[in-house]
Amino acid sequence: MSERTLFDKVWNLHSVRTLPSGQTQLFIGLHMIHEVTSPQAFAMLRERGLTVPYPERTVATVDHIVPTEDQSRPYADGLAEEMMVAIENNTSENKITLHNVGNGKQGVVHIVAPELGLTQPGMTVACGDSHTATHGAFGAIAFGIGTSQVRDVLATQTLAMSGLKVRKIQVDGELNPGVTAKDVILHIIRVLGVKGGVGFAYEFNGSTIHNMSMEERMTVCNMAIEGGARCGYINPDQTTFDYIKGREHAPSDANFDKAVAWWQSIASDSDAIYDDVVEFNAADIAPTVTWGITPAMAIAVDENIPATSDFPADDEALIKEAYDYMSLDAGQPIKGLGIDVAFIGSCTNGRISDLRAAAEVCKQHGGTVVDSVKAFVVPGSEQVKKEAEAEGLHEVFLKHGFEWREAGCSMCLAMNPDKLQGRQISASTSNRNFKGRQGSSTGRTLLMSPAMVALAALNGSVSDVRELEGVSA
Amino acid sequence: MSNAVKSISGTAVPVRGNDIDTDRIIPARFLRCVTFDGLGEHAFEDDRQQLKDAGDIHPFDEERFQAANVLVVNSNFGCGSSREHAPQAISKWGITAIVGVSFAEIFYGNNIALGIPCLQISVAEADALQSAIEADPSLVVTVDVENKQVRYGDTVLNAAIDDGPQKMYLSGNWDATGQLIDGAEEVKAKVAELPYVNGFA
Repeated sequence: MSERTLFDKVWNLHSVRTLPSGQTQLFIGLHMIHEVTSPQAFAMLRERGLTVPYPERTVATVDHIVPTEDQSRPYADGLAEEMMVAIENNTSENKITLHNVGNGKQGVVHIVAPELGLTQPGMTVACGDSHTATHGAFGAIAFGIGTSQVRDVLATQTLAMSGLKVRKIQVDGELNPGVTAKDVILHIIRVLGVKGGVGFAYEFNGSTIHNMSMEERMTVCNMAIEGGARCGYINPDQTTFDYIKGREHAPSDANFDKAVAWWQSIASDSDAIYDDVVEFNAADIAPTVTWGITPAMAIAVDENIPATSDFPADDEALIKEAYDYMSLDAGQPIKGLGIDVAFIGSCTNGRISDLRAAAEVCKQHGGTVVDSVKAFVVPGSEQVKKEAEAEGLHEVFLKHGFEWREAGCSMCLAMNPDKLQGRQISASTSNRNFKGRQGSSTGRTLLMSPAMVALAALNGSVSDVRELEGVSA
Repeated sequence: MSNAVKSISGTAVPVRGNDIDTDRIIPARFLRCVTFDGLGEHAFEDDRQQLKDAGDIHPFDEERFQAANVLVVNSNFGCGSSREHAPQAISKWGITAIVGVSFAEIFYGNNIALGIPCLQISVAEADALQSAIEADPSLVVTVDVENKQVRYGDTVLNAAIDDGPQKMYLSGNWDATGQLIDGAEEVKAKVAELPYVNGFA
């Protein structure tokens, strides 16, 4: 069993008591809700006559079903409108803050909470969304929960949880030009598999990780769940503290030093004990693209699609299913594969630095999105949109043939009007290439970094960002 | 309001495949709802349709499995999205117990909250059980939470379930809300201990 890791410390600090089942009653420091997984939880509270004792520890926004073009109410989709009304009523009745469309702070829940300074080191964070793992970038223990558990947090500010083992994922060295945080996490998942993390919390450590900005760290932790780990985290350091300072919900300047001291105290000790340690060399990581139907089916952009013999025997049927679904064969290059749609956004890659990277590729390339490709950029939040527009990024995107949209989850999971059609292939900065994920039951998704998606849109096919002049890491 | 779940017996339905994610169990378009009602008919909807289009049939559409209440799956079942709509859809289709090689954690936790036990057996055992069900859909499968066993015909498999969830099913306290509410005073004390709650003042 692990000892003196950040996970152990934060878990112990938030442990309220041991339940009769042996599980831990765990206090949740920050609870976030959105319109998709919360309405049934509030309905259950009403059925049982329960109230919300700590409404100030829950914050709500709307993201999954929000249209990114026409946002006038009522929404054209009556079901989406019903969900909006539900969260508006539920939050107002229970005195929970809602960052609704147009208030300047709405956006993808995992982008909004960090930018408001709500996410802080040493917290336990829960949300009815698997990508809650994102918040681990701050040294929080953050995990996705189901709707019955959303009910439990609303009713008690706690969850019944079993502990996790801790695997340290050590990444050292400098990344090569054109290689981003997205490539790092896709590479890790490729090596460890989509179920390699089941039962584990992932601690991302090493010089490569600690040289990353907070936004890059969020991209890495965001996809811990795609590797099967319920949460991923990074020990807080000066980069973390600098990011938080001055944000709306950050500790005041007067109390900031006290906060930093506590945040430092919850980091893993240098002699911490881990259940497992895996090491990676940053130099081995290339711009990475998925070719199949799970995020582990990923290759360097200049590699060919692997053979079934490259995978465990038990996965043979799955790999064949992937070839069939994607209409791709072993030995075929991924580079040069034509795309129909390019999507830049999501909780994985919808932050300002992601948009800057994509805009930079547009400038370096100089051309416009090819006619056969529909390309669109969805900022992760209203704040990201405002910042991007202040920098003129929207003009770069428009000039180069990308559409510029309003904030939301959009085509990451296609619950709003943004959807693939038929067998379309999308180059996407999102996190899941599952069958049917992007709104067409036969649609195909290639996951890659924002720079690689932008380049694929401009060339009309999967391209190697390293071949573009002037590309830096 | 909870009921003990000690042992569940019934006919079974095999759904083969590793890494079947919750988008496949219930596609996102069916999450546009404010209740879980009606999700059962949409379980595996896109997989079912695609097999139909290819002239094949998904087990959830096969007449011979319509009365099944035990679902038998393979590795990493329920990975991906945290949507409780997935176990809700499976449950509303008629499933009351799941046997598989492994389960994604959030999906597993969601099933606890619904009182649906998920027991684990080996790769070879899951494959053999699925084949046995396919050969004889009337086969009765017993999912014994108390004795950590899966039984069918003359076969007795030792199955895994963590002690915590097992206790919750056996005691009937798989719905955690009541127990969590019982700890309200300790929660208050915990809040007072955590420095970030007051902004480190």
